[in-house]
Amino acid sequence: MAQYKLVRCTINGKKVEQMVDVRASLTDMLRNDYRMTSVKKGCEVGECGACNVLIDGECFNSCIYLAVWAEGKNIRTLEGLLSEDGELSDIQQAFIDEAAVQCGFCTPGVIMSAVEILESGRDYTDDELRKLLSGHLCRCTGYENILRAVRKTLDKRLGKAE
Amino acid sequence: MYDIKALYEASSVEDAIKLRLEHPDAQILAGGSDVLVQIREGKRAGKELISIYMIDEMRGVSLDDNGDIRIGSLTSFSHITKNEIVQKYINVLGEAVDMVGSPQIRNIGTIGGNTCNGVTSADSASTLFALDALVELTGANGKRIIPISEFYIKAGTVDIKPDEIQTAIIIPKEKYNGYKGHYIKYAMRNALDITTTGCSVNVKLSDDKKVFEDVRIAYGVAGPIPMRAKTAEEFIKGKPVNKDTAQEFSKQVLNDINPRDSWRASKAFRQHLATELAYRALKECVKLSGGEM
Repeated sequence: MAQYKLVRCTINGKKVEQMVDVRASLTDMLRNDYRMTSVKKGCEVGECGACNVLIDGECFNSCIYLAVWAEGKNIRTLEGLLSEDGELSDIQQAFIDEAAVQCGFCTPGVIMSAVEILESGRDYTDDELRKLLSGHLCRCTGYENILRAVRKTLDKRLGKAE
Repeated sequence: MYDIKALYEASSVEDAIKLRLEHPDAQILAGGSDVLVQIREGKRAGKELISIYMIDEMRGVSLDDNGDIRIGSLTSFSHITKNEIVQKYINVLGEAVDMVGSPQIRNIGTIGGNTCNGVTSADSASTLFALDALVELTGANGKRIIPISEFYIKAGTVDIKPDEIQTAIIIPKEKYNGYKGHYIKYAMRNALDITTTGCSVNVKLSDDKKVFEDVRIAYGVAGPIPMRAKTAEEFIKGKPVNKDTAQEFSKQVLNDINPRDSWRASKAFRQHLATELAYRALKECVKLSGGEM
């Protein structure tokens, strides 16, 4: 018999609540109940990073996170990066400028990892950035352009580039 | 959707123990980066789960009055690596768990789950063996504290009674005070890979840095469960700090370990890794201790 539970949380700054099937992953809940379709279903076993979201400021693969664990949490997805006037954020624009997007399936997940990196407010070496981005599989870009997009945005935010 | 028969959510340690007694067939679920994946694979599908993930009292690292370090079982790998107490006293553990999976896995994966799985490749386990860590289990009749070497029974089986959950890992002060440790994970990729063979070493040198006063060495994937290489440890005690000692020490580990052929690597390759990693980890520990060889 199906078992449901009320889950209250904040998604991209908005307080929401919904009865959720306890068997649902956070990916299921975000996509099906809240139409956050930037959260991709990839491997569904925590390897590819396509479903990556920020929970209380840290990156999690939402496919191996039970929806009921979202209770009381602050969740952010790529949709939350859109500004009020509909413009892209700097990191999204950098992905376009650096051709870091090809098929685009891994992109929302990678960008959310980049958001955690950028919001830490500190600088990283390229090796450190590679390690911090290592939880994502991309079969198109070869990763170099992704790394470059994150590097450039980081440098800009830290005032190291014009 | 996961193939879960029923989910019971524990809100406290007491609550978890009660649920354990009420649902003896249920699987304990911590961060889920192993259990939920196994459900997807069908291995643990259709079972009842007791989720302990929301029990915040089981999170965090603290220093006891007697100097012992206490790590709540639900503390995530990334929080262990970032913790100041860990960085100051047992940095080797923070480095070891920073090699698990990927950043996202290190945010969800817990040290309790890593050890309760009972697998030999757990990146925290060999270092916990090398630190002579203690495991705290809480059950209906209170707490029970046992050495990690006794906690592991056989591959995939650990000593948790039907009414118990693991609540903390404790590193006694006398086991880390004056020691320097280093862990090396050998795997095919730098991220998202299971350890082929891993080696963790703790070294205490004499005051003049010339003699090995005490060395503890432990392995992951050198046998069915994580293990110490006691013959090698006995050999090196009191020996001078130099390359000859280190080389002989690294050969001695072969008396203790028992790796097998698997699709990841052959037994012969794992034996080669075990000696080479022993040498390199020991060398790094000597360097960290201010010695030379």
